[in-house]
Amino acid sequence: MSQLATVNPGIGQIFRFLIQELKPRGPIFTPFNIITGAIMLVGAYVLVIRFIYGLGSVTNLSQEFPWGLWLGFDVVTGVALAGGAYVITYTVYVMRVDQYHSIVRVTVLNSLLAYMFYGSALIFDIGRPWHALNPFIGNNFGYSSVLFLICWHFMIYMVATAIEFSPVVAEYLNLQKARKFLVKLTLGTVILGITLSMLHQSGLGALFLMAKPKIHPLWWSEFIPLLFFVSSIYAGLAMIIFEGSLSHRIFGDLIPEKSHHAFEGIVFGLAKGAAITMFVYYFFKALLFIHGQHWEHLSDGWGAWFLFEVIGFVLIPAFMFAFGYKNRSIVIIRIAAVLALLGVILNRLNVSVITFKWYLPDHYYPSWQEIVVTLAVISAEIWVFRWIVKRMPVFKPAH
Amino acid sequence: MDRRAFLKTSLVAGGAAVTGREARAQEEAHPEEFVGILVDTTRCIGCRSCEVACGETWGLHVPDPVNDGALEHERTTSDNQYMIVNRYDTDAGEVFVKKQCMHCHQPACAAACPTEAMKKHPNGPITWDGDKCIGCRFCMVSCPFDIPKFEYGDWNPELKKCTMCFDRLKEGEQPACVAACPTDTLMFGTQVQNLSIARHRIARHPDQYVPHIYGDREVGGTGYIYLSAVPFEQLGFRMDLGRTPYPEYTREFLYAVPAILFGVPAFLLALNAMTGAARGDPESDFGWEPEFGEDE
Repeated sequence: MSQLATVNPGIGQIFRFLIQELKPRGPIFTPFNIITGAIMLVGAYVLVIRFIYGLGSVTNLSQEFPWGLWLGFDVVTGVALAGGAYVITYTVYVMRVDQYHSIVRVTVLNSLLAYMFYGSALIFDIGRPWHALNPFIGNNFGYSSVLFLICWHFMIYMVATAIEFSPVVAEYLNLQKARKFLVKLTLGTVILGITLSMLHQSGLGALFLMAKPKIHPLWWSEFIPLLFFVSSIYAGLAMIIFEGSLSHRIFGDLIPEKSHHAFEGIVFGLAKGAAITMFVYYFFKALLFIHGQHWEHLSDGWGAWFLFEVIGFVLIPAFMFAFGYKNRSIVIIRIAAVLALLGVILNRLNVSVITFKWYLPDHYYPSWQEIVVTLAVISAEIWVFRWIVKRMPVFKPAH
Repeated sequence: MDRRAFLKTSLVAGGAAVTGREARAQEEAHPEEFVGILVDTTRCIGCRSCEVACGETWGLHVPDPVNDGALEHERTTSDNQYMIVNRYDTDAGEVFVKKQCMHCHQPACAAACPTEAMKKHPNGPITWDGDKCIGCRFCMVSCPFDIPKFEYGDWNPELKKCTMCFDRLKEGEQPACVAACPTDTLMFGTQVQNLSIARHRIARHPDQYVPHIYGDREVGGTGYIYLSAVPFEQLGFRMDLGRTPYPEYTREFLYAVPAILFGVPAFLLALNAMTGAARGDPESDFGWEPEFGEDE
């Protein structure tokens, strides 16, 4: 090692730096670590089985239900919840509203990790992952496919978001010149990121357009892409409130006093934005409902389930956001954020899994293995998030 | 050239520029006509010779039609059977119906496929290419007839569906099921031939057929077309699929993509430049970066 260091001090230093940085900071055997660690181990085991014996060995997927929890939750829902980055970068970099700047880095990091983990969870779900690069190479371009578009957008968006976040890494590694250069790329990548987000957030909805006869008419509409886009705006805002509130509790010591106070003001702004977006979304939903003459569908259990989603998890949290903003109640806003997030999760799962082939007597439900892998993906993301925020200047500027 | 002539010429030229691709496509036309199969369910005796022939040709499950009692319940195709015959109790008594890939003229599966693994050939059949497929199963989600089947029990799964015996067609042979049919229930031919035969039978024997050719208009037309003595809902056909070709449902979205891809960045760059100028930011372009945090 030392010899290597003398021959090439650069590599040796980098190696030592990596070793030192990979070590966990803080206690290792906390209840959180033990539980999530166990989940990840079991998840890894499930994935080994999946790659040896096929998808059928660990999932409840079938010929009737080709898409389940991994696609419906990890990919379709996970990406919706990562919508915060494009909303906040728009506000800060395009509209130059400085007040929201203190949450840009953490929001972009969350979004980047969400795409890396949830978007990439597609790899577990597709049957022939060794062909995963086919949409990107060779004469295999399915130009008419929405999924082709999404594959490309996921990839380009991840690169764009990584560049948006890269100045933080440069600060962490003390590379001033690189940082100066990378910062110059920010506006371009931000605008690219916003554009791509508009397209793939709606594109995830467009995946279900051709499944028209299979999705319950209360959930299928030719406007699913627009509905998905509009709801991803408030999903992102609610996620920032939810995640921010947790981060300020868990990583409180990493966050400067000033940002701490600023965050309350930010939350009120986000709440107002979420309230307005949710009212628009609700109005859109109501319009489609009336226009589609869906009254007769309300008579059965599916109708009740629809009202449960739209009133319980869109209209009510919209009012709560508005009320919380007006009365300066951070508690009500936090509850509204949780309800709004549940509403988006419910909506995405309803479209992609729950109301899919609602007419069949036997319905798909996820196996325990599918649930464990989903939890493992979330756990892994949290571990990486924690590793980064404890080392890089995500909550505060470089020293 | 007077003004009217000039306008007219430029309009035509502009129109040609916009629709150029379509015009060229029409010129090339189809060198071959779509082929397909006519299924006359009034002739089927339920012998399932077609099922046996299909299984033998493709190395799939070869059923034992005499003893396996498979007609007792309604079946679907599977990753081990490209086609099946079901029995339905209808107003006209027992009717047997063969089911398999419909080989849509404008297939949802091919439009869904991100790698063109599902391919519609110029002569009609839709086939699957294992070198391209990533196994995303978007074709299964999109297919209005739920035809592509996935090998869930395999580490290297394939998508299984009827190919209309694409390889046999290349050799000039008929599809295996058609060749095996002892009653002329199945007729192989060009789409135009099949449709005129079907219409002719309905016109000649209005008492024997319902005046409906399933697959003539459904989902924009399919390679397989069906004749029946009873309304098709009694034969397990979905009647709510509509006449719109399924790729149309995503076409509008895909058309919007370039509009957003170029319109939105232009709009955002303008907004950014204008806010920068209004605020008097010293560097009102790409290098702009607000102060972070400002603590310590």
